[in-house]
Amino acid sequence: MTETKDVIRLTLPAKPEFVSVARLASSGAASRMGYSFDAIEDIKVAVSEACTNAVSHGYKQMETGQIKIVMECGENALTITVIHNGESFDASQALQKLKPIDPYADLDEVNEGGLGLFLINALMDQVTISTECGVAVRMIKFLSRDGVERIANKVSTTE
Amino acid sequence: MNISIEREVKGDNLYLVAVEGEIDVFTAPELKKGLLPLTEIHGGNLTLDLNATKYMDSTALGVIVAALKSASKHQCRFSVTGMTPRIKRLFEITGLSDLLNRAQTSEGNADD
Ligand SMILES: Nc1ncnc2c1ncn2[C@@H]1O[C@H](COP(=O)(O)OP(=O)(O)OP(=O)(O)O)[C@@H](O)[C@H]1O
Ligand SMILES: [Mg+2]
Repeated sequence: MTETKDVIRLTLPAKPEFVSVARLASSGAASRMGYSFDAIEDIKVAVSEACTNAVSHGYKQMETGQIKIVMECGENALTITVIHNGESFDASQALQKLKPIDPYADLDEVNEGGLGLFLINALMDQVTISTECGVAVRMIKFLSRDGVERIANKVSTTE
Repeated sequence: MNISIEREVKGDNLYLVAVEGEIDVFTAPELKKGLLPLTEIHGGNLTLDLNATKYMDSTALGVIVAALKSASKHQCRFSVTGMTPRIKRLFEITGLSDLLNRAQTSEGNADD
């Protein structure tokens, strides 16, 4: 089956005040594809987390670089890739450490951060992070008609 | 895009912070600035009201964790109310609900 995808490309300044624009664009694309309210909210959070990481870690809040966002609207899935050319990181190591807050841990030990990638992984159906040149976070949300559950969370990395 | 933060003194050491709008990487610092000092009031009782909060992500969750830690250090009571089902879902997925509940429970029977 050949599938033609409609592609939306967006380039944003890597500044905190533009992350909301990425949310708006992704929710626009998702709602026109027919996603449920909950799925649209999931997509907004995931896109926001990826953009926030680009601003905060990729460009270390220098507010100089750019974030590229590619949204591929397919027949049964929305694929969103958030790319920056700033500082990279060890994605496979970070992905191995994904975990929610441990409510029984000593409060002093509870981290104030470290939930962004965890949320992306929890809210999207497939996540791939490639770190060849800068960072590209590719996230897929399937459009389930007939309520069929698709592939469970699956994260992978390509170095 | 902005948030508006309403601080209300509701009585002796009783404070309410209500946030309207979207809490993200741009607006979270403002929330932190408004909220954290109130967690440092010894014997205080602080409530964060999210009734009018339309959106939040990990940046807001981080501020709430920071507030909880600071409140506990200063023996201030801290609670969160008014979560929409959507925000509640984020609290549950990340374990923040359990952490807030546990903090409240241990507060009730701790005398140290
Ligand atoms: N796009 C990225 N570019 C560079 N480094 C990244 C990127 N995404 C994640 N990282 C690294 O991975 C770590 C974990 O990211 P994650 O989003 O899970 O947590 P955080 O950003 O530190 O905190 P939070 O998202 O909860 O505010 C970051 O601290 C950062 O070192
Ligand atoms: Mg993050």
